[in-house]
Amino acid sequence: MSLWVDKYRPKSLAKLDYHLHQAENLKMLVKNGDFPHLLVYGPPGAGKKTRIMCLLKELYGSGVEKLRIEKHMFTTPSNKKIEIATLASNYHIEVTPSDAGFHDRVVIQELIKTVAQSNPLDVSTQRHFKVIVLTEVDRLSKDAQHALRRTMEKYMNSCRLILYCNSTSKVIPAIRSRCLSIRVPAPSEEEILKILTFVCKKEGLTLPPELGRRIVVASKRNLRRALLMCETCRVQQYPFTADQTIMEPDWEIYLRETANAIVSEQSPKRLLEVRQRLYELLTKCIPADVIMKGIYNELMHNCDGTLKSEVTQLVAQYEHRTHIGQKDIYHIEAFVAKFMSVYKQFLEEGFDAMMF
Amino acid sequence: MQAFLKQGGGLGKNPVKPKPKKEEITKNKPWVEKYRPKSVDDVAHQDEVVAVLRKSLTGADLPNLLFYGPPGTGKTSTILALSHELFGPELYKERVLELNASDERGIDVIREKVKKFAQLTANTYRSAGKKCPPYKIIILDEADSMTKAAQEALRRTMEKQTKTTRFCLICNYLSRIIAPITSRCSQFRFKPLSTEDQKKRLMMVCEKEGVKISEDAMDSLVICSEGDLRKSMTFLHTAHRLKGEEGISRNDVLEITGVVPDEIISSLISSCRSNSYEKVQAAVNHIIAEGHAATQVLTQLHDEIVVMPTLTDDKKSIVMEKIAVVDKCLCDGADEYLQLMALSTTIQQQLAS
Repeated sequence: MSLWVDKYRPKSLAKLDYHLHQAENLKMLVKNGDFPHLLVYGPPGAGKKTRIMCLLKELYGSGVEKLRIEKHMFTTPSNKKIEIATLASNYHIEVTPSDAGFHDRVVIQELIKTVAQSNPLDVSTQRHFKVIVLTEVDRLSKDAQHALRRTMEKYMNSCRLILYCNSTSKVIPAIRSRCLSIRVPAPSEEEILKILTFVCKKEGLTLPPELGRRIVVASKRNLRRALLMCETCRVQQYPFTADQTIMEPDWEIYLRETANAIVSEQSPKRLLEVRQRLYELLTKCIPADVIMKGIYNELMHNCDGTLKSEVTQLVAQYEHRTHIGQKDIYHIEAFVAKFMSVYKQFLEEGFDAMMF
Repeated sequence: MQAFLKQGGGLGKNPVKPKPKKEEITKNKPWVEKYRPKSVDDVAHQDEVVAVLRKSLTGADLPNLLFYGPPGTGKTSTILALSHELFGPELYKERVLELNASDERGIDVIREKVKKFAQLTANTYRSAGKKCPPYKIIILDEADSMTKAAQEALRRTMEKQTKTTRFCLICNYLSRIIAPITSRCSQFRFKPLSTEDQKKRLMMVCEKEGVKISEDAMDSLVICSEGDLRKSMTFLHTAHRLKGEEGISRNDVLEITGVVPDEIISSLISSCRSNSYEKVQAAVNHIIAEGHAATQVLTQLHDEIVVMPTLTDDKKSIVMEKIAVVDKCLCDGADEYLQLMALSTTIQQQLAS
């Protein structure tokens, strides 16, 4: 039994639930049997991957759904061997080059060349090009992105690239100018609600509108998250009641508790306790930017106008440092300490003002 | 024996499968490749470079070249066109070595491959007895991504082999090429294409391909591409594919180019005016959920702020400085949401005070 997220994933462009106009355009795009390099971007859970798969299916037929996992070996110039797992069908191959860490350039150079240099034997019955899907392009190193540039043009005859990422800010302009960018916005709240009701109906469940609306709000316009939440609710309790609790991810609850701990007391002792909790989160593989964002959003509930903008500047500054520095914990902890001092000062000033 | 060999060759040469028709391939070729300039004279808008290169075509000596300039201005196209014109199709393979960032280009490759290629002598005559230039060309594309060590290794090689080899380095940023190399080359700056030249090119393509495009759509296409001909050509091609016979309108162009709609920018600014943190947060959240790129928001916000009449110059400069800081942070890979929030609260403060 598969999850609802996979079970109800649309399989063709005609079956997409929202951004219908865009789906129409994509269909036109591949109608001639050819398309330029694509750069698909949008927030998580908006349906980027679904659209890519639909596009490929439109192009090659159902053959693209027969997937197999292949292991590729690459050797770096320093003779280090790296192994990368790829997902491939007869017509396309999907790679996450950033798996190779800072050796991602080698993967791009080798992989694209091997795929692109092998021409299909029989062009009359199939397309004359293969598709390479590169995921998480925004996490590629600059070197690897430069390596993509000329390669993209040179092997235009035998392969097409589909790059996908969350934001184009980290993709160098030279690549952006070689691709057609396709923006996939997150679905609106109404669209998510419609899909939730549709899925529940298919499953033979009745979803009370109030509960549906609450799930939608909690999902923050992330369709995948909404579907997962809905399924969790189903496992928890059925029939649904309008006021049943929606399971939140436990790290979000944990983050909220951490933020409350910071606000309730500002002392070196508390800082140590918070540090413990931060380590706990980091060892559970919660990324640093998610931790920062979570704590920041919770802290904001306890701040006043002027303090708010000050803290915003601070969090932006420290989050930026996590990307430049080596260990995330230093910068998160620095942010917490800084916040404590700013907050305490603010409280004391308020206290003084009340006294006189 | 001879007959046998001939026959064998004949059997092998008799393919059952029809080869893909050349026509079909060119039809599928992206226009960027299809309309790449075939000769040096064909290169648009780079008159100084073309003038120098034309001299070398008529027999004058060719210096080592260093092309630099923003993407899509025709650097690679120019040198490719030049070497094709110099050597023709039959000699091209043996006289030109093209290396780009996708090839391994560490110090070893410079020492082995480049040096070896550079040391080969070049004949002044073709097989048919016609004259041809007595040198080879090594094209180092995207040279700014070469390591410093590799560039160092190039120095002496460049000088030693001047008799037989010319180097052509292509890069976006001149500052990333070490000084000893730049002083050994004659430098040419490729400037972003002017609106007229770009329009002329695009119109030519439109005519040849039978694209219907309205006047204002063409204008916005040229503006959005910011002097990058490749970008505008890609946009034109895809817009044509999407719309086909209907003709391309201005909205189609805006949709493809990824420009953030004006309403979103103005709603962000008005939320900054409101003095409420929650409204700013909602506006930023909306931008992120819609998937707009933060860098694009930044550019458009910048254009808005510069002309905003209600802000004094002092305040504007504070906002500008923040924009610069945020841009750098985004380049380093910082989180878009937090950076946009930081910028918007700065704008909010400046608008309020």
